[in-house]
Amino acid sequence: MPKLVSHPDEVRIISRRFGTGAENIDKYVELDGYKAAQLCIEKGPEFIINEMKASGLRGRGGAGFPTGLKWSFVPKNVDRPKYVLVNGDESEPGTCKDHLIFLHDPHAIIEGTIIAGLAIGAKMGFIYLRGEYRYLLKIMEKAVADAYAKGYLGKNIFGSGIDFEVVTQTGAGAYEVGEESALMESLEGKRGVPRIKPPFPAVVGLYGGPTVINNAETIASVPHIFLMGGEAYAKVGSERNGGTRLFGISGHVEKPGVYELPMGYNLKKAIYEVAGGVLGGKKLKAVVPGGSSTPVLTADELDVGLDFDQMGKAGTMLGSGGIVVLDETVSMVEFALRTISFYQHESCGWCIPCREGTDWLKKTIGRVYAGGGVEKDLDNIKYLAENMMGRTFCPLGDAAAMPTIGFIKKFRHEFEEYVRGNAGVSPAEHDAALVSLG
Amino acid sequence: MATEKRTIFSPELAARFDRLVTLYPVKRSALVPMLLYSQDEVGYISPEVIVELADRLDIRTNDVESVLSYYSMLRTKPVGKYNVQVCTNISCMLRNGYGILEHCKKRLGIGHKEVTPDGLFSLEEVECIGACCWAPAVQVNYDFYDDLTVEKMDQVLDDYQAGRGKVTV
Ligand SMILES: Cc1cc2nc3c(=O)[nH]c(=O)nc-3n(C[C@H](O)[C@H](O)[C@H](O)COP(=O)(O)O)c2cc1C
Ligand code: FES
Repeated sequence: MPKLVSHPDEVRIISRRFGTGAENIDKYVELDGYKAAQLCIEKGPEFIINEMKASGLRGRGGAGFPTGLKWSFVPKNVDRPKYVLVNGDESEPGTCKDHLIFLHDPHAIIEGTIIAGLAIGAKMGFIYLRGEYRYLLKIMEKAVADAYAKGYLGKNIFGSGIDFEVVTQTGAGAYEVGEESALMESLEGKRGVPRIKPPFPAVVGLYGGPTVINNAETIASVPHIFLMGGEAYAKVGSERNGGTRLFGISGHVEKPGVYELPMGYNLKKAIYEVAGGVLGGKKLKAVVPGGSSTPVLTADELDVGLDFDQMGKAGTMLGSGGIVVLDETVSMVEFALRTISFYQHESCGWCIPCREGTDWLKKTIGRVYAGGGVEKDLDNIKYLAENMMGRTFCPLGDAAAMPTIGFIKKFRHEFEEYVRGNAGVSPAEHDAALVSLG
Repeated sequence: MATEKRTIFSPELAARFDRLVTLYPVKRSALVPMLLYSQDEVGYISPEVIVELADRLDIRTNDVESVLSYYSMLRTKPVGKYNVQVCTNISCMLRNGYGILEHCKKRLGIGHKEVTPDGLFSLEEVECIGACCWAPAVQVNYDFYDDLTVEKMDQVLDDYQAGRGKVTV
């Protein structure tokens, strides 16, 4: 069972029911559960969207798109059925926050799904979990069955005359399926390859119907917005970044874990105070701030607020909120190789710049790491990655290129040492560490 | 009148599939879960599974095969009774994930995607399994083990060896 952690600087909104037994529906109801859904039934779609906009909630899946705005894009008068889709594919390395929501507060996800459905006029929602999360799927399935039994799902929910169905779905292992259009393909029983955009899901999504897709944490935040009021929720966070976020701090820290901090909280403080500083008192070398696809920050770049805009200004991204801390002993070349190996493995092969680009990046970085690299390889790595940016069918290509560019720009000296043969890694160590995935 | 259908699955799984296909606006949406649940029961996706799923969903067998080949958890050959999946992605790597992998290789005497001769264990190096803050993490079939050391890993393997390990399906 994943360990729960805590720190006085935390503001517990999404995580306030963690560890309280709220996976039990009666407990959830006792802790203000399903109140927000009933309020939203009473007040209607316009109220919901206005509160969502006022809350300043931005998507927790990685891109940070304003959730209220996304919901408002769904056309009102269409004949086709509309859908709500909850993205619980959670596969970005460094990210394990949705894991805890499914485990401790599954009804918050159901309630958020109902509210999203009310906002756009959908009658059906899907909650998609990555295939590896079987034990969490069972918790989710039980929660859904309990909600049906109480009349919170199904026909005439809460006696309102409104119908709303929820179906849970399992994936079967694929990072790319976390991409929204690939997820829709997967849910339609196909290979998880992306769709061309536009049209965007809000207009043509699942089964061709208008669809709202949100990350599981985004959806779980929704009921709290209505319990607190949109404006009060916004105030907890920073400018244009409402509320709190579950930050997963992992790697070389004393107290790794998932902490709920207000948006805009200082990254350096999060590492040194909240997570107890670098493991074993070593020196910090680098931080991957928002899941493996976000560009690396050096030790001098950590005095920055954890929100979408401040991280953007710092030349990186808030991403999935998975903060990975690297101490002074880490070889950045090895770390870059492990990162690109993941994207090479997970590229779905649908478009050439991503399929070939990730493969050549892995080969070239692998050659440098193995001690056979030449100076020109370093320029090639940068050139290749820069030319993938924005040229792939879906953003997986960018997710592979961005961190690669960060590593080669900020730690070029380390790559150069490998090329000059000064890295001090023995051939046996290379063999042991070479990624064998295939 | 529904006629008794011939099926390769247990009555429970067959009944589950009968219901599953009714949940979605389009039957085919049940394909990915059906593949995974079939694998849980049969051990892998056999040609017979492919034929029956295609039949149940009114699609062609090559539609099933094309989906099957996409997802990394789906396989067309049996693995060990206990499939040990060691994460070596970044957060686990920083917390000795490779050490855990090497230890499992040595102890089980097998490499990536291999099976022990008695069929009890198989080993796989896997990508991030969503347990990064509790690294290093391993999954044995569907069960998670986290915050591992070599000693704790041995304990986990001992338990499975002795038939006391947890099994979620
Ligand atoms: C390759 C790739 C993988 C992704 N994986 C996930 C994921 O596992 N979970 C998630 O919520 N979003 C993921 N996303 C982002 C989704 O496409 C989408 O933007 C998100 O689910 C929208 O929800 P939000 O607005 O609540 O953030 C991924 C995107 C890409 C390009
Ligand atoms: S990196 Fe190993 S579980 Fe995420």
